[in-house]
Order: sequence, then structure tokens, then C-alpha cells
Amino acid sequence: MDLSQIYTQLIMEHNKNTHNKRPLDEPTTVEHGHNPSCGDDITLNLIEKNGLIVDASFTGSGCAISQASTSIMIDLIKGKSTEEALELAELFIKMIKKEIEDDSELEKLEDAVAFENISNMPARVKCAVLPWHTLEEALKK
Amino acid sequence: MKNAIDPKIIFDFPVLEKKVNGSRLVYLDNAATTQKPRNVIDSISNYYIQHNGNPHRGAHTLSVEATSLYDNAKETVKNFINADSKDEIIFTKNSTESLNLLASSLSSFFKEGDEILLCISEHHSNILPWMRLSKDNNLKLNYLYIDDQGNIPESEYKKINSRTKLVSIAQMSNVLGTIFPVREISQMAHEKGAIVVIDAAQSIPHIKVDVKDIDADFLVFSAHKMLGPMGIGVLYGKKHLLDNMPPFLLGGDMIEYVYEDYATYAEVPFKFEAGTQNVEGAVGLEAAIHYIEKIGLQNIEAHEKMLTEYAMQEMLKIPYINIYGPTNLEKHGGIISFNVKDVHPHDVSTVLDSYGVASRAGHHCCQPLMRYMGINASVRISFYLYNSLEDIDIFIESIKNVRKWLGYGS
Repeated sequence: MDLSQIYTQLIMEHNKNTHNKRPLDEPTTVEHGHNPSCGDDITLNLIEKNGLIVDASFTGSGCAISQASTSIMIDLIKGKSTEEALELAELFIKMIKKEIEDDSELEKLEDAVAFENISNMPARVKCAVLPWHTLEEALKK
Repeated sequence: MKNAIDPKIIFDFPVLEKKVNGSRLVYLDNAATTQKPRNVIDSISNYYIQHNGNPHRGAHTLSVEATSLYDNAKETVKNFINADSKDEIIFTKNSTESLNLLASSLSSFFKEGDEILLCISEHHSNILPWMRLSKDNNLKLNYLYIDDQGNIPESEYKKINSRTKLVSIAQMSNVLGTIFPVREISQMAHEKGAIVVIDAAQSIPHIKVDVKDIDADFLVFSAHKMLGPMGIGVLYGKKHLLDNMPPFLLGGDMIEYVYEDYATYAEVPFKFEAGTQNVEGAVGLEAAIHYIEKIGLQNIEAHEKMLTEYAMQEMLKIPYINIYGPTNLEKHGGIISFNVKDVHPHDVSTVLDSYGVASRAGHHCCQPLMRYMGINASVRISFYLYNSLEDIDIFIESIKNVRKWLGYGS
């Protein structure tokens, strides 16, 4: 295991930069997600208008992987339709499960491909997928 | 510093020769589970090569041999904890099952309004069974709260009163390493007529536990935390109490007579051991006790004290480490919980692992304690007889790299 494949500069920047970690005024959807075994605990706030995610943020606490994954996800889904956001969540989870055959599909995930190597660290997979599962739950409401 | 234990014993533990991420394995997760010496591994393998049969059931040679091995293991456990009789030793799956058995089979001892007293630092396994029992029977669940040194202040003991029917407490906290004064707690509880349950899962691998000395009515522990195999644990209970409790699981081998519409149960301890028992586990536990006795619990305790003192001393030199629990090492087992400033415990644990150091991160199955302390999670290191000062040095060097990996200057 090479730590530099996991704690990449991008992930570290998102872990420390808190531009997406803030309360949101009048969110239309609030979804709570947590990993009971380790204590990662996030609340995802979304404002949906006419089928579009116009704003999103999160609060809570967790490890660098879960915090960065949440922040990168929020950057990616803002301005996307709920259908597109769901597809991206599905794609991200497939990437982590190593179920993607055509690498070009990964382009859609933009910065979130930084988590591709998490598959090699089974103990940390749940940290990376937490916000994406939370997003799925939020959008299914 | 002089070693109370010959450092060569590391060679008794085959897995400790393993390389992890290119480095020598430094195993500091002993409060979660311990590694096994060769005599334990061999005893289990030898059981299957030589003796396997269903105990207490057959007249054939292998069944008789399995029965004898199972019973001998109980005799060894009985002597190890200084019980009166091996009939007071019940084999279970682990401490968790022992506590669930108690909460289930003791339910008729309680009436509405009675109180059960725990400590806030209990493991979930010593909270949840009592919580359900309390909810189902309208009992009150009370907690002894600890101070910022991880000890129970004298004033908390007022909570032991005439309504208290049961006190259940871990002898050693699995998060803070505090060793609680269970002998005194037991005496106070008995003065009020309460039953005393001691969770010895964290203590019995490391310090001498004598059920008569602490006057425990019940005591539970798991083999895997004391060099033995997973899947076997012990419930000790005073015979007169066990005699008056209904069985927990029903099935084979725990009966006297079974008719179409009623049954009578076997005597203690068989009444509490339904189904084919874990003979390989019993044999492995016995081998583990023999190993511990060969090294000597006093030596183990002295060795771990040396390791804990050294680790504390070196950790206190690092300004960005925050240690939880007692700094008075007299009341401290070989467990240290801490956090690294700005870094989540899971990231700390991942970085340590990359240097071959096994630690634990999370809430350690103690959510009420973590909430009480106002933290989400911590990193925990925990020592055992095969750890060395060099292990601590490697841990300290590795911990110094954590913040750099997470993008902080130092």
C-alpha cells in the first residue's frame, strides 16, 4: 500500500478546505449518513429546484477520506439534474467496486476519480462511499 | 529498564514474524484481540488429529476423550480464577454471550422500579442486554460517571442504594485503561443486597483475577483476548445463584427428561450449555492459561507497566497528541487512547498501518463514553506480553509522520 495514492494532494485540499462544509438556508432535502463502526457522521443538505440541484452543502465530522469525498461530490453534483446526480453516484460506487470496464466512463466523475485507489484499501472503502450512498438516499425521497 | 519477560517469547507467536506493508508487524491492538502462541495453535490442531468426538454423548473412545478434555479445561479455568467448583464455570461463545445469558436468565430477580447500575465507560455488550432488560421490565438504568482522569469519584458511589439490584462493571476500561476498584464496588453493592457482575474481558489477560478476592457473583471473559481462540468465553457464577436461574438456550444436552408437553433441565453447569459445545475452543483456552501461567501474571503486569510508562513518557513529549484517561499508572492497564490534532483517528490508524503498526480507531464499542467525553472517536494502542520497547519506538516514529501525510506541517 502506498499512502501517497490514498492521501493525494487533491483529497488533502478538500479535507482542509471547508467551502462545502456549511449550513444551508432552507434546504429542500436533508439526509443523514453515518458509519456506525467508525463514527463518520455527515448531514447532506440539498436545494432542488425544477429537477436541478441548485445548491448543496454538508455538516458533520469524519476522516479525511469521507470529508474529501463529500466535498468533491458536492462540487460535482451542483447544477446537475437529480437523474444525473444519481447516475454519478452509481458510477462512483461501481468504480470503487472495480466494476467499470470502460475507463472512459470515469471521466464523468471528474475529480472524484481521485478515490479510485481506495478499492485497494478495503478498510477505508466505506469512508469514501458514505456521501454517495447518502446522496442516493436523499434523491430517492 | 529491565525486562520482566524474556524478549525471545516473540518467537512463540508465529504471526508476529509477518511483514506488514514491508515492515515488521508491531501489533498494538491487543485490547481487540491477541495473537496466539504455538502451544495454543498446536493444541487445537492436535485435538482434531487425535481426539475429536462429541462430548457428553457417546460411549466410544473419542467421545470419552473429548469429554475429558472439555472437563479438564473447566478445571483449569476454575483454578485460574479461584472458583469453588468447576460446576461454576459455564462455557459460552464470548463475554458478550455471557452477559446476554445473565440479562436473560436473571430477569425474574427483578421487580418494577428496581435499579441496575453500570459505569459510563462500559462496552456496549455490558450496556445493551441490561438496557433491554430494563425497558422490558420497567427497571431503571443508572450510570456511575467518571472524572477527567477516568476514575469514578467517591461521590458517585451514592448511586448504590437499596433499590439497586444489580451492579455490572468492567474491571478495566477498554478505552481508557482505567482499572476500577471492583473489590470495593462489590462490597458496597453487597451491603445493599445487589448482585455484582464483573466484566473481566480486558483485565483477566493482564492482571490476577480472583473471584473470591473481589467477591464477584458473576464474572465474564473471552478467550481470544488472553492468547486463546475466538468463539469461546466463560461465565463464572456462584453456584447458589446459577441453581436458581432458568436456562438461556434450550436444546441438546441441557435436559434431564423431555416429554411431549414438558421437560426438566439438567444440573448446573450443563443447564446453560445447550447443543454441541466448542471443545477445540476449551482446549485452546486451557493451553492459553497454561502459557500465561508459565510466564506469570505478575511478570506480564510488570512488563506492561514498563511499556505503558515508556509510551506515555514519549507520547507526552509530542505536543499535538491528546491522551485520554488516567495519568496515574497505578490504576492503569496497558491501554492508551489518544487523538492527533487535526487528524481523524481513522487516518491516524491508516498511516500507522503503512508502517506496520496495528492500532484501533473508532468509538471502541463505547458510544456513551465517547459522547460523555465529548469526542467522536479516538485512536487506541494496547499492549501485551510480546510487545517490546522497540515496538513503542517504532510507534512513536510512525506517529510523528501522521500529520505530514495529512498535509499539516508537523
